[in-house]
Amino acid sequence: MGLDFTVLPEFLDTLLLGSLWTIGITLSAAILSFFGGILFAVIALYAPAVVRYPFRLFAWLFMGTPLLLQLFLIYFGLIQIGVDLPAFVAGVIGLGLHFAVYNSDIIQAGILAVDKGQFEGARTLGLSNWQSIRKIIVPQAVRAVVPPIGNNMIALLKDSALVSVIGVTELTLSAQLAISKTFRPFEFYLAAAACYYVINLLLEAGLRRIERRIQAAR
Amino acid sequence: MTAKPFVDIRHAAKSYGTLEVLKDINLQVQKGQIVAIIGPSGSGKSTLLRAINDLDPLTSGEIWLEDKQVNKSLPPRQYEKHINQVRQEIGMVFQHFNLFPHLTVHGNITLAPKMLKGISDKEADDLAKDQLARVGLLDRIDYYPSQLSGGQKQRVAIARALAMAPKVMLFDEATSALDPELVEEVNLVMKKLAEEHMTMIIVTHEMGFAQDVCDRVLFMDQGIVVEEGPPEKIFRNPENERTQNFLRKHLQSQK
Repeated sequence: MGLDFTVLPEFLDTLLLGSLWTIGITLSAAILSFFGGILFAVIALYAPAVVRYPFRLFAWLFMGTPLLLQLFLIYFGLIQIGVDLPAFVAGVIGLGLHFAVYNSDIIQAGILAVDKGQFEGARTLGLSNWQSIRKIIVPQAVRAVVPPIGNNMIALLKDSALVSVIGVTELTLSAQLAISKTFRPFEFYLAAAACYYVINLLLEAGLRRIERRIQAAR
Repeated sequence: MTAKPFVDIRHAAKSYGTLEVLKDINLQVQKGQIVAIIGPSGSGKSTLLRAINDLDPLTSGEIWLEDKQVNKSLPPRQYEKHINQVRQEIGMVFQHFNLFPHLTVHGNITLAPKMLKGISDKEADDLAKDQLARVGLLDRIDYYPSQLSGGQKQRVAIARALAMAPKVMLFDEATSALDPELVEEVNLVMKKLAEEHMTMIIVTHEMGFAQDVCDRVLFMDQGIVVEEGPPEKIFRNPENERTQNFLRKHLQSQK
């Protein structure tokens, strides 16, 4: 039997709803990973050793282990110690922290690349160390690394499919549900792929807009 | 009759390991005075200037601004507070401007007054306009630094420093990074400040400017003040051989 795409329209709303969940979880995790990345970068570079070293262990754990395992730990593992998170929240935290650690690496490089004169300029005006980092160094570092962070966000969108295994009915799980009713894996996985592609285009367009807007301010 | 010095540098010394970059420097600047520091590169003139607001801390010696010691010995936390306070009174202009590229001209000028003096948005607007008018760049208020010429950038940097209403201005080779045709517009702004009796300490390679504007000139070499005096004396009749050599070479290189 060949391909039969006539089964798709009936499950269009399933796929659309799944797409919306994928967009929702991606945006939530992206925001968490962005601000988390800034926070982690500042900790890694400026915090006292008692904070910095435990943080390194934490960062190493998130970089050195599979995201899938991290999602299992957050969703299934934490219940044992009394933290019962909804699947969506667990997914956002897992994806968000995982990519925050990667973003932090990029932002650290951005911070170190900011000209030393910027810090001197700020301190000379009377700004404190922390005020200078917050108002002068970090904003410039973040602007400089928007393109590589954008790449991370595209990877995040694709990795969001992993949260299907903890039961978030995002796009991939929605396709699987449709398949279990129709036994048409090829058609629905292709349809899901097409949806990811469209969401990706939207994300890239959004990132380009952000890049353009910060162009002058660099 | 000498009044109590406004800026008082006492026995300033600084070394990196065994390398002494400043050796027992004493310098008193009166209120409203304009002092130029000249000398070959590596003479320690920038280091001395940067020691005045403790950007490059001294190894020993004292820096006083009026009745406050700038490099007072305090526990780190208290020192941070103290130095941030003192630096608000000492404006500094850098060779490479050090404008904040992510902020507009307006943002560059108003950031510190807003954060540190708690002025309102309206007051900040007025302040930005006043200071930009002073350097003749009112029409550039909403530009980003990347949209300005080098001379304009330096004038904005001066306006930014002035917005904190400093008691003294430090200029660290403010025109050295500029194309020759852009030097004059910055010099004009500095001359205007001189006419307003701003106390200024200027590290410069512009001998003509030093001669025109300054009350006193210091010639530094190898970490010491070799010779100092009024510009007519230093430039026309230098006593010290090192001063003579430096000025001769400098004149040759400008021909």
